Amino acid sequence: MSQTAASRDIGFLKKQANIVRIDILKMLAEAGSGHTGGSLSAADIVTALYFYKMRHNPKDPAWKDRDRFILSKGHAAPLLYAVLAISGYFDKSLLMTLRKIGSPLQGHPCSKLLPGVEVSTGSLGQGLSVANGIAIGLNMSGINSRVYCMLGDGETQEGQVWEAAMTASHYRLDNLCAIIDNNGLQIDGPCCDVMGLEPIVKKWEAFGWHVIDIDGHDMKSILNALDEAEKVKGKPTMIVARTVKGKGVSFFEGKVKYHGLAPTQEELERALMELEDIDNG
Amino acid sequence: MGEKIQKSKIKSQKLAPPHNPPLSKGGSGGGVATRDAYGEALLELGRKREDVVVLDADLSASTKTGTFAKAFPERFFNIGVSEQDLIGTASGLSLAGKLPFASTFAVFETGRAWEQIRQTISYSNLNVKLVATHSGITVAEDGASHQAVEDIALMRVLPNMTVIVPADGIETKQVISAISEHYGPVYVRLGRSKVPVVMPEDYRFSIGKAYTFHIGKDVNIIAAGIMVSVALKAMSILKDRGIDAGVINMSSVKPLDNDTVLEAAKVSRLIVTAEEHSVIGGLGGAVCEFLAEEYPVPVKRIGLRDTFGCSGPSDELMKLYGLTPENIVQVVEESLLGRQK
Repeated sequence: MSQTAASRDIGFLKKQANIVRIDILKMLAEAGSGHTGGSLSAADIVTALYFYKMRHNPKDPAWKDRDRFILSKGHAAPLLYAVLAISGYFDKSLLMTLRKIGSPLQGHPCSKLLPGVEVSTGSLGQGLSVANGIAIGLNMSGINSRVYCMLGDGETQEGQVWEAAMTASHYRLDNLCAIIDNNGLQIDGPCCDVMGLEPIVKKWEAFGWHVIDIDGHDMKSILNALDEAEKVKGKPTMIVARTVKGKGVSFFEGKVKYHGLAPTQEELERALMELEDIDNG
Repeated sequence: MGEKIQKSKIKSQKLAPPHNPPLSKGGSGGGVATRDAYGEALLELGRKREDVVVLDADLSASTKTGTFAKAFPERFFNIGVSEQDLIGTASGLSLAGKLPFASTFAVFETGRAWEQIRQTISYSNLNVKLVATHSGITVAEDGASHQAVEDIALMRVLPNMTVIVPADGIETKQVISAISEHYGPVYVRLGRSKVPVVMPEDYRFSIGKAYTFHIGKDVNIIAAGIMVSVALKAMSILKDRGIDAGVINMSSVKPLDNDTVLEAAKVSRLIVTAEEHSVIGGLGGAVCEFLAEEYPVPVKRIGLRDTFGCSGPSDELMKLYGLTPENIVQVVEESLLGRQK
């Protein structure tokens, strides 16, 4: 799936990320509720994973040699649904059923209902432990796949994240790469006001991780970081991706309010004009 | 899968004559602690199946997973004092195709990590076996902080979860073998102290099936865990006093063996439940929920009555909380006499 000449193209990935953002906004507006800010902030990284880095097969979601992606910040479900649909895991029309009765697209990802979702998430702080377990299991079975886990920055206030940080380092899980979507905002306000997180890089380094600090919207930096992580031996890698909440839509960017708010129809139209401009540009 | 197995062959599980087990005094002689049987069962299972992995949270000497750890160090993972991460890591291993057994004390496994069990294991229906030791008040001197008396309630309420409370070492070994063949999350509740042997050597456990020692015409005692041996003693005292009491080992608390409960309720005048657990939400709760809807009959629940335990020797604690044959006898007699008036 990945690593073809075309998919390596940064221009292609940027366009792909834009399409992902458009799908996120459309499905959220249709649903009338959901998490806009954090879906948009992580969009470039997750696009890079699904359309550049990860080996996966939408026709065979349980392929044993696939790379795994765990969305620990499960509230960014619209982002995961968008990349899965675009990849071909299910028909794109399903996106418009988000959060509706009978839909496999639950408010937070449910692995029992939707192919491509590795494990149900939504309650923060739990994904990294699961990623560790998968990484250990793959190592034991001699499967040379990699495990990616996306966390929110506010999420790292959960104690379990640091339990998992110790475990990954203790078991030297170099087939694991975690990413923090460091957009600096959480529901109640700026992370630094709610519960300070810095120095993030030093914390993860102190826990025995290889840490890469990048601009989470610069596609070249993202690809370089993902490539670098693959070469690290004997320890897990944490990519601290500095991002902007609501990235891509000027009037959502950096606004706490849009953490858990879906766009109105009017906001959707304005947002699409901005995004489609880029797409054509 | 679990639901399908239950209905058939329940009759064949029953022994016609009352089984008279060699009951020893709790805490001495005869039996082993269910945790010791677990340690041996894991070792056997590990030899048979290469996909079995075991995780512990710094209590492997106490939970007896240490035996497996020595034999198969490459398949044992100590996660340290971090139960939430223990559950998450076990979940990941199951997603990678392994058969994980995650063990620590019952109060920490089901309490500290309850939400991890709910969100990650139960919701995703992962094939993780949660085998907790040191349940109930027979943890003894360590006191209420370490005595899980609500763990059955916490696990029973979770969709997809199977809940098993073995009565002795023989049953524990059977249970470990049976759940390894069952896909889905299972909670197994084990104890710290030695318990008398109550199950026959040739006993075969199945999920959803109770074991009936005897069906009484006056009263039937539905018990689990250590309370099975206590109920059997009560049965013998009641017999001497002219009361025909039956005893059912309801090790499969979820799914409950509804057919056996129904039969016991139909043939007798009183149902008594007995468990080393709160009377709220455990075996007593499960039996009452079923009977209230299907066949309402008088029920008395023996267990901790909305209270914590405390420190002390386990046999004294059993007396303090009424988990004795004498108290069961008294409850039965008072209830049956009260109803005759």
